[in-house]
Amino acid sequence: MLITCPYCGPRDVIEFTYQGDGNRERPQPASQDLDAWNAYVYDRLNPAGDHNEIWQHSGGCRAHLRVVRNTISHEILSTAFARGGHKTESRS
Amino acid sequence: MAEHELPERQSPLEPEYHPGSHGNFEHGVDVILSETRPGSILQLAAWPGEEKQLIEIIGKVTGLALPDGAGGGVSNGARAAFGFAPGKFTVVDEAEGLAAAFAGAITPTIGTLTDLSHGRTAIRIAGPKAEWVMAKFFAIDFALPAFPLGAGRSTNHHDIFAQIQRSGPDQFDIYVFRSFARSFWKALCHASEEVGYEVQ
Repeated sequence: MLITCPYCGPRDVIEFTYQGDGNRERPQPASQDLDAWNAYVYDRLNPAGDHNEIWQHSGGCRAHLRVVRNTISHEILSTAFARGGHKTESRS
Repeated sequence: MAEHELPERQSPLEPEYHPGSHGNFEHGVDVILSETRPGSILQLAAWPGEEKQLIEIIGKVTGLALPDGAGGGVSNGARAAFGFAPGKFTVVDEAEGLAAAFAGAITPTIGTLTDLSHGRTAIRIAGPKAEWVMAKFFAIDFALPAFPLGAGRSTNHHDIFAQIQRSGPDQFDIYVFRSFARSFWKALCHASEEVGYEVQ
């Protein structure tokens, strides 16, 4: 599986570290909304298909990336820097 | 930095550094391995939006025209600079004291300066089979069109982080953590045996 880092170009997946589901919305740190925290920690879409994910190019430039990966075919549909906090357009 | 009168630097490769020809060199030496021992190895990082200003400062201090763009770099023999991550650059000088030259130029609003002169070891591989040997270590494209002269790449070999700059058409400078340098050097020597190598 190759992931195309926006900085380094296509690299083998062994250079990357999975940082979790990219659909999660982290509540404000001071939030007392237990449902929101519960959803952030536990709720996952778990789609069979395109999935928004956060990866880090830990074995290269160390940038955090927004990646859309197909969970069935492992095809990488898009990659972008995670900086800015914009979520990948949801495909799931 | 000279003004601090640091003790003379010892090479971490020393016990395994054996000048001369080794391996399968009967038909010629196809790679030359050496430690370049630069006096200054710096890591410069710009805050988001300050990248162009930092590139300008690198140009002013070192005289190197560092190209903007991912992995862009330049070297003139004595000094070298390349991007290794978004907004981050490695700058190398044969002489000590480069950190002091940058100290006043990089203000806290532009970015940061980290002196890694004692933390990294610089290894050079040169020769017609340099690309071949490098390709055994790193899963990146070493062909000249994909990895142009002066450009830098960040990758790793079995968790040993490596920053690589192409300093010649068939020459690469590899910057590795000092603590892993001897292990990496031994592996590099083993990998070079089949083509015949000379340590200078």
